[in-house]
Amino acid sequence: MEFRGIGLSDADIARRFDAMAAPHLDAAYNLARWLTRNPHDADDVVQEAYLRAFRFFGGFRGGGGRAWLLTIVRNTFYTWAEQRQRHKSDVEFDEAGAGLEMVEAGANEALHGANPEQLLLRAADQQLVEAALLKLPAEYREILVLRELEELSYKEIAAIVGVPLGTVMSRLSRARLQLRQQIEAMDQP
Amino acid sequence: MNTMNCEEALQLLPVYGDGELELPRALELERHVESCAACAAALRSQRALSRAVRSAPYHRAPDALRARLRAQLPLPAETPTAAAPSLTRARQRPRRDWSRWAMPIAASLALAVGLNFMLATQRSQDSLREELIAGHVRSLQVAHLSDVISTDQHTVKPWFNGKLDYAPPVRDLAQQDFPLLGGRLDYIAHRQVAALIYGSRKHTINLYIWPAKDGELAPNSQGSEGYNLVHWRHDGMEYWAVSDLNVQELRHFAELQIAAGADKTANVPNS
Repeated sequence: MEFRGIGLSDADIARRFDAMAAPHLDAAYNLARWLTRNPHDADDVVQEAYLRAFRFFGGFRGGGGRAWLLTIVRNTFYTWAEQRQRHKSDVEFDEAGAGLEMVEAGANEALHGANPEQLLLRAADQQLVEAALLKLPAEYREILVLRELEELSYKEIAAIVGVPLGTVMSRLSRARLQLRQQIEAMDQP
Repeated sequence: MNTMNCEEALQLLPVYGDGELELPRALELERHVESCAACAAALRSQRALSRAVRSAPYHRAPDALRARLRAQLPLPAETPTAAAPSLTRARQRPRRDWSRWAMPIAASLALAVGLNFMLATQRSQDSLREELIAGHVRSLQVAHLSDVISTDQHTVKPWFNGKLDYAPPVRDLAQQDFPLLGGRLDYIAHRQVAALIYGSRKHTINLYIWPAKDGELAPNSQGSEGYNLVHWRHDGMEYWAVSDLNVQELRHFAELQIAAGADKTANVPNS
């Protein structure tokens, strides 16, 4: 065992993977936690995703480690959700249909939201925002998490979600509108 | 310039709020928002929603999960032999490796700051490249290639006088099959810069020039979105050549520019 010969040993590869992946574990877990909506499943998804990532590590060419890992976390979640046949409504997401009527009905009013200061007050109520986010379809939830919590660019989000830039923009708009309406609906006394 | 109407402004507001709107449009939008109470309210409302989402919990990975993930990697276990070299032992001691996963808060904060800085630098390079390509593409699309159309460097060079606070070197490379086509002012990285337009067979090259902050830099090429960019620094100037020309020829163009800098007969003296 003293001489391993030329090339990288398994341990070397593991160390490299460790160095690349460790700093992004929080981001991976945060995304998984928002997608699965509970800590136990988030653990499972992240664990499975990291095993996959390690297996595919040979194909990783450096660069955006975070985006690469988040792509794998996301794919793992959707595969996992499909297999479990749980979260059915999350998996069967209809881009065009989701909340579109609400979008059209409330677009102008919501965009010109007459009372931003009021919403500001509500923003202080973390629990309300969290509950409203958790009620959104997974595709809306993930895009808001990637944009607002991870502060990723449209380009990075497009790469992770696997859709064109235009879809990132339109999906973000719909997600925001639906979230706003959700918060307002839940805030009714 | 046409002023932006509310319909356009409302469409662009989210992109603006996300910091993804290109500068000229962002400036137009800001002008509109300044004079339109409804759109200003929409922007405030949008920002409030963004803050609301950011107030939602960020779930950090539990330490137990970090430990479990590490345990699954084929990292070497602690060596039982006391005779092993101390360096190896230190590297392989699990507790030490542990510390990387169960990082103390201070260290991870420092790392986060460092990473953010790296990302910010990376992003600003990316966005500069995007701006340069956007400028190149725009110049071809809107038939606004040149403000001064001339194949004569002695016409192009003085045209920049008084329009910029520096004098871009204008070189004629017609002999080397890169004829000068004209010059233009462009707005890159928050400043007015000189753009020289050269032809090469059917291709167009935009050469952006502005004063450099530091040192010399040999030409290095970078591809992006189907365009090639070659970047170099020479004689106190920053140069970016953008074209759909293949990368070898674009580099050759860069070498010719540098060589022409040394050859005084190819230069137009500052007037």
